[in-house]
Amino acid sequence: MKRFFEKFVESALLISGSITSITILLIIIFLFKEASGLFTTPVIEEGYELALNKTNPVKHLTSYEIKEIFDGKISNWNEVGGKNEAIELVRLSDLTKYYTEAELGSNFENIPAKSSELTSKHPGIILFLPTSYIKKDFNGTLLKHETLHPGDFFGGKEWYPTASPSPQYGLLPLLLGTLWVSLGAILLSLPFGISVAVYLAEIASMRVRNILKPVIELLAGIPSVVYGFFGLVVIVPFLQKLFQLPVGETALAGSVVLGIMALPTIITVAEDAMRTVPRAMKEASLALGATHWQTIYKVIIPYSKSGITSAAVLGIGRAIGETMAVLMVTGNAAVIPHTLLEPVRTIPATIAAELGETAAGGGHYQALFMLGVILFVITMIISISIEFIGKKKYSN
Amino acid sequence: MKANNKSENNTNINSPSGVRGSESIDRSKRRSQAIAFTIFKLMSYSVVAILFVILGFIIIRGIGVISWDFLTKAPEEGMTKGGIFPAIVGTLCLVAGSSIFSFPIGIMSGIYMNEYAGGSKLATFIRIMTNNLSGVPSVVFGLFGMALFVNTMKFGDSILAGSLTLGLLSLPLVIRTTEESLKAIENSYREGSLALGATKLQTIRKVVLPMAFPNIITGLILSIGRVSGETAPILFTVAAYFLPKLPTSIFNQVMALPYHLYVISTSGTNVETSRGIAYGTALVLIVIVLMVNLLANGLRNYFSKKVKTN
Repeated sequence: MKRFFEKFVESALLISGSITSITILLIIIFLFKEASGLFTTPVIEEGYELALNKTNPVKHLTSYEIKEIFDGKISNWNEVGGKNEAIELVRLSDLTKYYTEAELGSNFENIPAKSSELTSKHPGIILFLPTSYIKKDFNGTLLKHETLHPGDFFGGKEWYPTASPSPQYGLLPLLLGTLWVSLGAILLSLPFGISVAVYLAEIASMRVRNILKPVIELLAGIPSVVYGFFGLVVIVPFLQKLFQLPVGETALAGSVVLGIMALPTIITVAEDAMRTVPRAMKEASLALGATHWQTIYKVIIPYSKSGITSAAVLGIGRAIGETMAVLMVTGNAAVIPHTLLEPVRTIPATIAAELGETAAGGGHYQALFMLGVILFVITMIISISIEFIGKKKYSN
Repeated sequence: MKANNKSENNTNINSPSGVRGSESIDRSKRRSQAIAFTIFKLMSYSVVAILFVILGFIIIRGIGVISWDFLTKAPEEGMTKGGIFPAIVGTLCLVAGSSIFSFPIGIMSGIYMNEYAGGSKLATFIRIMTNNLSGVPSVVFGLFGMALFVNTMKFGDSILAGSLTLGLLSLPLVIRTTEESLKAIENSYREGSLALGATKLQTIRKVVLPMAFPNIITGLILSIGRVSGETAPILFTVAAYFLPKLPTSIFNQVMALPYHLYVISTSGTNVETSRGIAYGTALVLIVIVLMVNLLANGLRNYFSKKVKTN
């Protein structure tokens, strides 16, 4: 009976122990499940058609080309592989320019016939209208309903998910924004973090340590939304004044805030690494006549290289995944950044800002989950590489 | 420790005074050491300065806003007036809900890892997975919570969905602190108990757990601090923009302090006039974090003293 009870408790403990693994598995399943539909969503808004004149040789437009046409940036068919013919853009509401209201009918019952007629008459037309107005005898070519190409997502240069008729889900501006902000953050905080780690591990007296340690713990404990708020009311206006910028919400503001937030992680991990240096090595160096400082940069830092690398990688991981603070201070413009002094939008900030407004199951929703998948994969790679860095040190 | 104390009055101790002609080299060595150490010292003190600037700024701007009414009244007039009571209650609900979920599972998991699995392959695998989970960004937890709890399990935006999401998020922290507290207990205690004829379970319950208890509690308190400040996981699982009514069941939405701070400082109806409330909310959040850390440190010191005197 007793033995049975012991076994029972042990298996209950095992089940609790496996929860984290199960959670990881579930995260993978659910993120992929929700994101999987992205590459099967049509390029053109659902329930709508794009119609061309029959003589137009263009039979295929990418999502980006459609958007550029509707933005007026592409105005001639030869730019998308057609004849030298001006593009004539016609939306449903534009029909009144071509026909009087009487011609369209009091209940718009003539729209199908008239739009068919219009399409056949104008060689350069591109007509955007609801599928319900397309009848069987429509005199024109309808663009095929293609699905979003993975290349358009991973290589897409524009993130504009509310664009009509063709939403743009380009990853590049968000990915680059995330990398810029995170790299900026790590460049700011790494020298800082390592100096503090050296000071804590090697130089500081017990008394100073007892002050610094709780300070670092507190820094780690402050909620990210408070950092974001502080950044918004202090750092953003400060940077705006310092660099004479039109807006202070920039990648740099994000980097500064994230740099502060990544400090505790970097300091703790790097300090732990420096403390594992065997005392014999340190003493040997000192005994050979090296100063304490020489010992630090010739013995201690090289010895704890892998630990310091882990610290940097972990810091980057934290910075990449940080959501609220970045959302509040980086200005959220989804454009490819050229300097640190421009507004950017990061992947987590995009998810946080946009998921609330999307319909479950739609293309935009799926695109946001795809961003989640990418974020998850990045952090997984980081976690696993840290595991690897740690192992390598062990085997040496 | 010895090396640390030595460095207090650094320079002279390490210089090889007997070597001929090394006077000038010696001096430059000493100078570079002095410069390097000063830089390290300044950097470290500036970290302290950063903390005090952040805390000081929010405390000074926020302290005037805090009043009994602020803490006990609902927001009014498009969140430009009134208090933050519903948000405080909401955050308390979420902290309680996530703790109910994550504490037992986390502690049990930690016990399994340290007492049963030891260094086995399975334990290594679980440990890697736990580390991975702690590296997952909070917004991904939000997405996951929304997909699983809100949509698939049909909890809707509710305290239940939010608590479960937050619970999963804090699980790695609880597991790790439990494991570390257990690891710190010397094996001789376990062996003594086992030698007296106690079973493994009895040993864990009567010997190991009571000894590890203070450290475990400290870890739990710190995880509460973490949970109370998280925003991204609750964005899509529970948080309400404005909801003066208090929750009556676990299927209700609630306001929460961190989300409230985000909303009124960025997208509220009138960002400038609600600044004061934003400072007040930030201060309340900061006070929670301070209290949690003080409590954790206090407990740690108290118990470590107690162990010493025993």
